[in-house]
Formats: sequence, structure tokens, C-alpha cells
Amino acid sequence: MSKGESSNMFRTFFSNPTVGRILGVFLLVLVLYGLMVGIEENARSLENHQNIARRIGEWGILTLGAAFVIITGGIDLSIGSVVCLSAVSFGILLENGANPVVAALIVLAGAGLIGLFHGFLITRLNLQPFVVTLCGLFIYRGLAQFLSLIDFKRLLDPALRGTGRILRDSSRDVGVGGRGDLGWFFWLQKGDFLGVPMPMWIFGILALIAAIFLHASVYGRYLFALGHNEQAARYAGVHTNRYKVLAYFLCSLLAGLGGILFLMKINSASPSNAGNWFELYAITGAVLGGTSLRGGEGTIIGILLGTAVLPLLKTLVIFAGIPSDMEFSAIGLALLLGTLADELLRRHSEKARKGA
Amino acid sequence: MTVATSAMEPPVQTPLLEVERISKRYGGAQALSGVGLRLYAGEVVALIGENGAGKSTLMKILGGIVIPDEGEIRIVGQPVRLSSPSQAMDLGISLIHQELNLADNLSVEANLFLGRELTWGGPLGLARGKAMEAKSRELLARVGLNVSPLERLSNLTPGQKQLVEIARSLSMDARVLIMDEPTSSLAQKETDRLLEVIRELRQQGVCVVYISHRLREVEAVADRVVGLRDGKNAGEMTRAQINYAAMVQMMVGREVDLHQRNAADSGASDRGPVLRVEKLRHALSRGEGVSLEVRPGEIVGMAGLVGAGRTEFAETLFGIRPRVSGQVYLEGQLGKIQRPADAIALGMALVPEDRRQHGLILAESIGGNIALPNLDTHQVARLLRFSKIRHTAHQGVTSLRIRTTGIAKPAGQLSGGNQQKVVLYKWLHRQPKLLILDEPTRGVDVGAKKEIYDLMHDLTRKGVGILMISSDLEEILHLSDRVVVMHEHQKTGELTRAQLSEESIMRLATGSQS
Repeated sequence: MSKGESSNMFRTFFSNPTVGRILGVFLLVLVLYGLMVGIEENARSLENHQNIARRIGEWGILTLGAAFVIITGGIDLSIGSVVCLSAVSFGILLENGANPVVAALIVLAGAGLIGLFHGFLITRLNLQPFVVTLCGLFIYRGLAQFLSLIDFKRLLDPALRGTGRILRDSSRDVGVGGRGDLGWFFWLQKGDFLGVPMPMWIFGILALIAAIFLHASVYGRYLFALGHNEQAARYAGVHTNRYKVLAYFLCSLLAGLGGILFLMKINSASPSNAGNWFELYAITGAVLGGTSLRGGEGTIIGILLGTAVLPLLKTLVIFAGIPSDMEFSAIGLALLLGTLADELLRRHSEKARKGA
Repeated sequence: MTVATSAMEPPVQTPLLEVERISKRYGGAQALSGVGLRLYAGEVVALIGENGAGKSTLMKILGGIVIPDEGEIRIVGQPVRLSSPSQAMDLGISLIHQELNLADNLSVEANLFLGRELTWGGPLGLARGKAMEAKSRELLARVGLNVSPLERLSNLTPGQKQLVEIARSLSMDARVLIMDEPTSSLAQKETDRLLEVIRELRQQGVCVVYISHRLREVEAVADRVVGLRDGKNAGEMTRAQINYAAMVQMMVGREVDLHQRNAADSGASDRGPVLRVEKLRHALSRGEGVSLEVRPGEIVGMAGLVGAGRTEFAETLFGIRPRVSGQVYLEGQLGKIQRPADAIALGMALVPEDRRQHGLILAESIGGNIALPNLDTHQVARLLRFSKIRHTAHQGVTSLRIRTTGIAKPAGQLSGGNQQKVVLYKWLHRQPKLLILDEPTRGVDVGAKKEIYDLMHDLTRKGVGILMISSDLEEILHLSDRVVVMHEHQKTGELTRAQLSEESIMRLATGSQS
């Protein structure tokens, strides 16, 4: 490769708007981390790092799914509710004695079906993603609450049938039925390998697969192309609807996995609280990482960095001694400042480029 | 010119593509009736006709997007049915749309291979990046485009993107390449380059169908001209017969006299200038800024190459772009223009270059579009006066002869010429003193063009001052009482009617001071 060419590649790399974003969020992560370990000695402990890594893993899995959808120019607001429904369903299956692997597969299949349903409504019936998934947000949480009302023992066991009401009076937290045989499976959430918590490993492996899918396979190209100019992709012979459905399928599937991990974290899930806000965490992570809400832009490396911001911020808020009631305000304010800085930086560099 | 000579000889081989007695109806409208077309390998055929003549329907039939009601299509003598774009592509017919179908966010290489990538790993669909990159270089060389395959498409100029589309078609072994208004957004240099590429393709045996309103380009490149009028064949010309006036007559069906402006049209009086601009500068300006005057009843043309800063000047004048320094006087009064509303209040109107983006709300009705800048006079206590809005819209449709089924029709569904008339009327209703027209006849057919010209003459007779930006030299020469020439955001000179010529304008437009 000639020298001129490599400098051309260099230029191409930096003229890509997402690269600037990646550098920006990288700086943000560095600053947040620096502040955290700077203010508080306890923040430097291995345990704290492990906690943050676990949270990055848990949320990152969801962020990957959100990013696929956002790259196609869509949005998924139902992620948190799918997490909740999956966690609750998984817990109910375990309570009723299901094998954890079988239970997990059932939950994943159900979550995948939800994604296919979204994709179907959006591509075939031409409904707006925002509306479809907003409805999903309400429906799945409601469904989770309903499931927790059902007394499956009474429903399933012939001996107990007719001994009382099948529907409980109020929804309840779902657990794992006090089973002691689940440790090996729950290691996937609670364990660590080489000091790194398992959720982080799972997220890392998924991110690697996602990177290949998005950046090295033709499917990724199709997602990017249709997110930016759907007509161009369709005229080029790409089955655009198929790939849109795929994005929503993957998003819900990953939310299902998120739900399974959620239950395994504290052996319990509350239908009214589990997964609250998670869709917004996922979208925030993706957008901070340079995934454009207009569609067609985004990188896995950016998403990895973007995912780290919220867990770091949350921890920082705690260590900085900010009252927990003000946590959300502090996070929102910090994000706003970060976005502002990013915009100012972008304007500045644009000016510099034009002046050159 | 040996190529041109050989192409002049009448082709004797079987036609590459033959269309016979094609008809197509959309609801009540007969788009095509009994149209025939023969295309031979290695020729450039220009398809001309006014908007609505059936060019795009015919083109979409060839591209497999529209299925004809009647008629036969043969490829090298074999009857075929073209029922989908991909089928047309497989048969070697490639269609390049006016709005390019490329993804700006992908690399040149990814665009070239979109939908037909070279892959490995079977269902994993992993991209063979290196192989596609190498193949891309070949394709780009074939159209003479010197950019890296890895360059992001958004960094390319419109002309370069057009060449990428052509290279893409070539990669699919297109034997018939149909281009719809390929030069509408290109600079002169890029247009020349494109015409050159078309000639090279002809030499390689490709048949190029060239659809354009720009008859000068047709003159320059076509071996044969096929005219359509009202959905029927309107005649054909061989290379030797092609000339501008004959083409216009073929399209319109009568002679069109694009009335040359003369002293009688100019309502110029001894009154002071309606607009006086002194050293107006914006963020991109160089030098001392632009000064000029427009007198009542005068058309001042503003010429220059694409990128000379004419649109930016107009936008600054109108308060869209922040003014860095300089003054603007309207009828001798210093105007404080900080936003478009100020300019409008002072009696200015701007008909923008990009009418689909800036001129109209496409989804809004004709009536709604016309009412938008006139809401101040179409309301009572901030509530809309619907009957007056309808009345005004009808006035516009009648007075400018806007061809539409009604005022409720969305503006986006009108033809280019009629859209432009809607934009014109929405401003004319305010009776502006100064009208700024940015490329007033771009994408407008000859008939509507004449109407717009006549309207301009009419307005100036009534004392309106017009500042007209145009990249169409002919238009500038034809209409201007005076011409201001721009180059790189600077005014390089001013020419009176007597000094006007293509050469004098081009000299100033390329930056040499006169």
C-alpha cells in the first residue's frame, strides 16, 4: 500500500463522524473513572471494579440490542418490560421445578417471539416503532404482573385443584422457589472467571459476535444501509423488511437474556419494578457511544464505551456523597453537560476543518 | 471524433431492446398510449418531452418498476416480461434515478456492491473486503473516478456520486443504462466529465438512454433523439437533425418563442434603486463583501459557477444566514434584517433554489403552502380565515395557470413547473418590491419555463425589482438587464446588456478580473 493511500485511509477514518464520537465518549469514560478513583479510596477496590463490570455487562447486553434497532432508524421502548416479563417468567418456571436450561430456552424463545411480533407490526402493518414498542412497554409489564398473580401450583397439580383460588389477590415478587440445585447455573450471573464477573464475559463475547455481524458481515451493511436510505437498500435488492425484523428480534432476544440474568442476580424479581428504566439506559448507552437516533450510524466499540458511562456515573454519584434521591438529577445533568461538550467540540473541529 | 462519425451510421444489427405499442393507464389518466422505442448497442439515445409526457413511466417500465397494460418488450429479438427491478437488472437494464439511490453513510465500495456483496463463510455472510476493494478500483477506473473505494460516500460531490451509480450499474453488466436527469445537480465541470464517460460507455457497446430537460447537453451527446408528447411518440431525430429549436418544437408541439428581453420590458425608471447592498459579508465571505443595486423594473442576473457563493449571498440578504458586516438599503432606507421575517416585512421575497426542501411543505396542500407567508392577512384574532385562504389559493391557481385537480392537492404531487408556480405565487401575493429568484427554472419544462419568463417580464413592467441567480447561462443572457458575476464569494464584475456574452461572463466567473 502506497503512502498516499494509507494517509487517505487515515483521513477516511477521521472524517467518519462516528470516530469523533468514539474519541469523545472515550474521554468521558476516562474523566468519570479518574474522578471516581480520585475522590474515594474505596472506589479503587477490586470489589467496586467487579460491581461496575457486572453492571456494564448486564446493561451492555441490552444496549447491543437497542443499538441494532437504532441503527435501522427505529427504537425499542419495551426493553425494560421485556426484561421484567422474562425475569418473572423465568422465576415462575424455576419455582415450578423446571430445569434451568430448559427454562432459560423457553424464556429466550418467548422474548424472541416478542421481537418478531414488533418487527411484523412495523414492517407489514407499517406502524411506527415508537408506538408499537411503547404499547409493548405497557403490555409486557402488565402481563408480568398478571403472571405473578397466578398460583401455578394450584393450577397444575390435580391434587390441589379446587382447594382455593387460582388467582392471588395482589401481585408478588417472584423468586426461585427456594431451590438449592441451581448454583451451577447461577454461576453465570454470580460467578467470575479470572476475576471478571460472568455478565461482563457474556457481554464481551456477545459484543465480539455483534462486531463481526455489524462490521464484517453483509448483514451489518444492510442494517446500516437501510437505516440511512431504506429505498436505496430496497432498490439494490436487499430484503429490507427481513433485516428490520431481525433487528427487533435480536433486541428482544437480548432483553430476554437480560431478564434471566436479572432474576439470577438477587434470586427474585418484582413485576412492578424489575427492569424499570432499562430501555432508557440501553438507549442512552447506545447514543452516547455514537449510535445516531437518525439511523445508519454506530459502532460496537462506541457502544462498549457508551455502556460504561452510566454505571460509572451511578457509582460516582454514590461515592461523591450525593443523596440517592438526587441520583437521577445528577446523572441527567452530567449527561447533558457531556452532550453539550461534545456538540461544542464538534463545532470547533468543524470550524477548524473548514478554515484549513 | 472518429467515434462520433461511426455512431452516425444507421445501425443495422437487431435492436438490443425493443418496445412496441406500450400503453399504461393510471386510474383515469392515460400515461402512455402505443409508444414504441428501439435501442441499439453502442448508441446514446436522448428521451425528451415535457413533464407529464410519459418519460418517467416509460423508463419505469423498462426498469421493471411499472408493468405496462399492453404492448411487447423484446430483448435481442426475444419477447420478455419485465416484472421486477431485479429481473430488469438480470437482463442488463439498469436505471439510475434522479434522486440517487445510494447510502451516504457507507463507503464507496459498500455502495458499489450493496445487495450483491462478495462473501465467504456461507450463511455467515462475511464480507470479502479486499476482493471487493480491488474490484471497486477497476470499476471506478472504468468511469474515470479517482477516489478511494474506502472513502465515505458523504464526502463525495454530487458528480462523483453520479459516477459511483454508473460504476454500480456497470458492475451488474448493464447493457442498457437509463439515466434520469443525471446532470440536474452537477456543476459544469462534472457535467462535462459525465458526458465524456457516456461517450466512453458508448464505445464499450453500452446503450445509454439519456433523459434530460437540458437540451444543450442532449445536443452535445445524443446520437438519436426520441420525443414523447402526451404519452405518445412525438418524433425522432438522427444525429444530423438534432438542434435546439427543433427539439423544443418536438416536445411542445408548437414553436416556443422564449421572448428575448428588450428595453420595452424593463420598467426601469429614474426612481432610486429598490435594493442597494453595500459590502455585505457573511461567515464564508472573502474580501470586502458584495455590493450591488437593483432598480425598480429591472432584472439583475447573478451568474457564477456552482459554489461561487450566490445562494449564500441571497440567504444573507434575506436574513437566513448571519450577516457579518455591510448594509442593506430598501428604497433608500437602511434595513435591519436579522431574520427572514424582517426581510419579508421590508417587501422582499426569496424563491429558493431547493424548492422541495426550502420552498414548499410537500405534504401540505397548495392552499396551505400559499397561505403560509400570508397568514398575517388571512386571520382574525389569530384564527385562520379559511374562506379567504381558499379564495387566495384559487386566485393563485388561476392567475399563474397552475395545473392541478384542486387547491387541496398536496404540493409534492405537482410537476416541477407547477410546484415552482406555487412557490412564486405564495410570495407574489404579498406584492413584494424585490423578488430574489434562485435558479427559478431548474427542473422545469419548456412550457412552464416560458410562463415563468413571461411572469418575470410582467412583474418588472409593474416596477418590481428582480435579482435572479441562475447557472443557466442562456437564461442569464436571455433575461438580464444587467449581470453581476460572482467567483469564490466575491463579486468579480458587473456587465451591462451591451457587454453581455457567454465569454464575458465565463471570464469573470472563473475569477479573471475584467
